[in-house]
Amino acid sequence: MINIDSLALSYGTDGFQLSIPQLKIDKTEKVAIIGPSGSGKTSLLKLISGLILPQQGGISIEGVMVNQLSDAERRDYRITNIGFIFQDFELLDYLNVQDNILHPFRITQALKLNDLVRDQALDLADELGIGNKMKRYTDTLSQGEKQRTAICRAMITTPKLILADEATGNLDPRNKTKILDTLFRSTDKSKATLIAVTHDHELLDRFDRVIDFKQFCDVEAI
Amino acid sequence: MIDSLYLAWRYVVYNRVKTITLVLCISLVSFLPFALKILLKESEHQLLSRATTTPLLVGAKGNSLDLVMNSLYFSKEKPDFISMKAIEKIMDSYLAMPIPLYTRFHAREYPIVGTTVDYFQFRQHVITEGRAFAMIGESVVGADVATRLNLTVGDSILSSPENLFDLAGVYPLKMTVTGILQKTNSVDDKAVFVDLKTTWVIQGLGHGHQDVKTLKDPADVLSSSENSVTTSAKIKQYTEINLDNLESFHFHGDSSIYPLTAIIAVPQDEKSATILRGRYLSEQKNQQIVRPKQVIEDLLGNIFQIKEFIDAVVLIVAIAMVLAIFLVFSLSFRLRQKEISTILHLGCSRSTVIQLIGAEILIITIFSGALCLSALLVLQHFQGEIVHKLFIS
Repeated sequence: MINIDSLALSYGTDGFQLSIPQLKIDKTEKVAIIGPSGSGKTSLLKLISGLILPQQGGISIEGVMVNQLSDAERRDYRITNIGFIFQDFELLDYLNVQDNILHPFRITQALKLNDLVRDQALDLADELGIGNKMKRYTDTLSQGEKQRTAICRAMITTPKLILADEATGNLDPRNKTKILDTLFRSTDKSKATLIAVTHDHELLDRFDRVIDFKQFCDVEAI
Repeated sequence: MIDSLYLAWRYVVYNRVKTITLVLCISLVSFLPFALKILLKESEHQLLSRATTTPLLVGAKGNSLDLVMNSLYFSKEKPDFISMKAIEKIMDSYLAMPIPLYTRFHAREYPIVGTTVDYFQFRQHVITEGRAFAMIGESVVGADVATRLNLTVGDSILSSPENLFDLAGVYPLKMTVTGILQKTNSVDDKAVFVDLKTTWVIQGLGHGHQDVKTLKDPADVLSSSENSVTTSAKIKQYTEINLDNLESFHFHGDSSIYPLTAIIAVPQDEKSATILRGRYLSEQKNQQIVRPKQVIEDLLGNIFQIKEFIDAVVLIVAIAMVLAIFLVFSLSFRLRQKEISTILHLGCSRSTVIQLIGAEILIITIFSGALCLSALLVLQHFQGEIVHKLFIS
């Protein structure tokens, strides 16, 4: 599914360097990425999604060399194939739950919003237990409801790959488990691959594989 | 684009206080210069059209603008009075037809204009209902007066006291409405026209009362001689003039010194106008003759000088407002960096982000434009009355 080969990235004045000689992630695999702050975990997610480009090496997702696509092609690839879940959800406060879930369809020509998609959004929300909150604004939701809304937004495009950047970061242990359950259930159902950056070591045994950036991937963080 | 508009709409609705503030600011800055232009154009039209059709005005020496404004627009500023002798002087010259004006009194908020029926002919007014006044105590009302006071021919209208505290002053006079003027879109629509003598009755120069020779109660007569009878205050004074008591109305003193506020002088031709003006310039120490058009043009000149100053102020305010709005938008987008970063992460292009911001600005601009346009339409509808209140009355 994802193949990273001889990847090198450096930026900033503090000499940040990320070097990944080889990394393969299989389809439907659930991978946790751990490592100290500044070790390049979030940078890896950005590289995979094509938000930043490496100086060397390549990243392919199901045979598509993401770093060789044009800007527009990368954007279209990202929005149609990759679902993002952010640490603090990053929902838009001026949109209700339904509009937040459908938001990817409103910001690109690559996706077409129609009644079928609206129905899918409702089904997805029902599955995650927020179907009755579609007209509510996000500032009236609990943390768990916000997180489920963010998951719905990531899943609505039925992506092949889900990138979660510390998606359980600010939650209490009970909610962390619930959210992870929801995330796993959703990815299983859509047969998506999950790459999750996390600091929650107590959750690691639930993933198929754990990649420690410092030891396993030969990352040099300065 | 529709999706961008939808998202922008959700944003402006959610942040409605900020949006309303911005819309009000932009509307106000856009409205002011246009409103000023509309009001000045209307004031120019109102002031000049009436002044142009009034060839000459004779009045007491003093502020020529007060004389013109009072005589043409019945403003509250009263010029000094002249006497009826001025009428005789113009008539004797055979150079112009004099139309007297006496605009001292009011009926409610409407001016009572004492004049002659020549005034209607001179202003080319048409009486749509009834007839012109034919005797003292009768009145012809303007179209707006009739509408607002719900008056028809045969109704009555009372003159108002000059001063609420003048308890010893003259009685209000009940005047019968004999005619209603066709709407002219001028100040005449808001005036009550009466014969000159009626205004003198209101002033107390003329009056009507019980016949003192037929008084039955001896206590009513204080003294009596061959030439005069002195009565007590108990004697009944008439506050309404009708056919039954018309003959009892009479004037005291020399009528040639009865007051007027102005005389419209309608010259035979331009030569007569020049001669008449020359005579006033050389002979009259207490009176002046003015060309209303010239006086109004001088006034407009001053107004337009002020307008240029106001335009400059509005321009500076507009620049400051545009900068402030720019600052508001730029601060707003700085605060929304995280949101913009999120949608870029999701796969949105920078051009779509610009489109979203453009849609928000477009919505605010449309609302501001609509509000400004609505306000201008309202202003245009009431421009006549506003100009009258601001520049004339």
